[in-house]
Amino acid sequence: MKSEYDVIVVGAGPAGSIAARTAAENGLDVLLIEKRQEIGDPVRCAEGTGKEGLLQFMEPDSRWICAEVNGARIYAPNGTCVELTEKLAGKEVGYVLERKIFDRAVAKTAAKAGAEVQVKTQATSLIKESGVVCGIKGKFRGDDFEARAKVVVGADGIESKVGKWAGINTTLKPKDIETCAQFLVTDIDIAPNSCDFYMGNARAPGGYVWVFPKGKREANVGLGMLGSRFTGKHPIDYLHEFMAWKFPEGKIIETVVGAVPASGMLKQLSTDGVLLVGDAGRVSDPITGGGIYNGMVSGRIAGNVIADAIKANDVSAKKLQRHDKEVREALGKLLDRNYKAKEFVVKANDNLMNTVARSLSGVNLDDMSVPRLLKEIITRNPGLFIELAGLF
Amino acid sequence: MITVNRYRCGYCGACVSVCPNDAIDLVETFIEIDDKCANCGICTKVCPMGALELVEDEE
Repeated sequence: MKSEYDVIVVGAGPAGSIAARTAAENGLDVLLIEKRQEIGDPVRCAEGTGKEGLLQFMEPDSRWICAEVNGARIYAPNGTCVELTEKLAGKEVGYVLERKIFDRAVAKTAAKAGAEVQVKTQATSLIKESGVVCGIKGKFRGDDFEARAKVVVGADGIESKVGKWAGINTTLKPKDIETCAQFLVTDIDIAPNSCDFYMGNARAPGGYVWVFPKGKREANVGLGMLGSRFTGKHPIDYLHEFMAWKFPEGKIIETVVGAVPASGMLKQLSTDGVLLVGDAGRVSDPITGGGIYNGMVSGRIAGNVIADAIKANDVSAKKLQRHDKEVREALGKLLDRNYKAKEFVVKANDNLMNTVARSLSGVNLDDMSVPRLLKEIITRNPGLFIELAGLF
Repeated sequence: MITVNRYRCGYCGACVSVCPNDAIDLVETFIEIDDKCANCGICTKVCPMGALELVEDEE
């Protein structure tokens, strides 16, 4: 590790690695640090992502693609099933990844582009001189270190600290966080090309259960619940109940826990010498919880904005604000809309979910986009969705 | 005070993200809680594993 860089990226998930790669491709001197000793592990993800979006960033590789899915089935609390084809289910289905391998593959592309990568290296604070951020203090294998940089990128995930240190309030409210538990379950009967979702307040209050195939007889079985809906049972407890009901014979070979920001993107993603990307910037989708693609998009924008700023020798908040603007253009509209939809959907009771599922019987779902589907739901259930009218 | 059951914790960082006082840190595979903690207990409610507990301080 050197004592000075153009850019230090804190966190080597997909968003951080793409930010580091993009900055390095622009000729900048980049350090990418990861506090864990292994990039990509332990996993904190359901691992589903859209094919099209992902392929903007990475060449497909069978080593990190566990399954390709071409549809989704959504089960209402009473068992009514709504089946969606790939086109309809949109960019949230496509691949089920092996994040342990994928995250490393993305980090390798950053290294190949010229970024220096360091693991077991944690940022502990920002170096500030007359109020201006000019590097980080941290711990590298237990020893204190300092490294200077013109710009620091916070890609430090849901537990982000970089933003807080820079004066950006990133604290999530319990109503804006989905808290999740998941098992990797093997030797079970599943549909190997379908992502399945189970709704219902008894199963996952303010969230849903997912079954994402990772092989012919293997799946990520998990659920997320809204933090504010806690009444004594934790996600792990709901998950045990679901397993007992659906896969009593399943063998659990991995436990995964995590949480997803469901707040919509932060109002402020940058300040003097600091930018936030990925979950740290809360760019994950408030409805689906999907964050891989959004994270990488924000990382790419950050890398390019930083390159321009450093070339112009101006890393002020004003200059870096282009990051906020471009991320908002790329993702903001969708995130704002889905946040409004989430605020409504999490209040839906089981009867409403059953009614909606029933109302879709007989609808040709093959040639519809998700907004079109929601429009169809709203049209078919006049009066139920007044709050959503006009959104879709 | 907040206690962490390290054997139950899945080190996911959910608790860190909701702490209004920035009192929690996730260091690799363990949680550290410092004296900025105001015992509000929000973290105990978002823990996927139920590893955090708000207990009465001993005098």
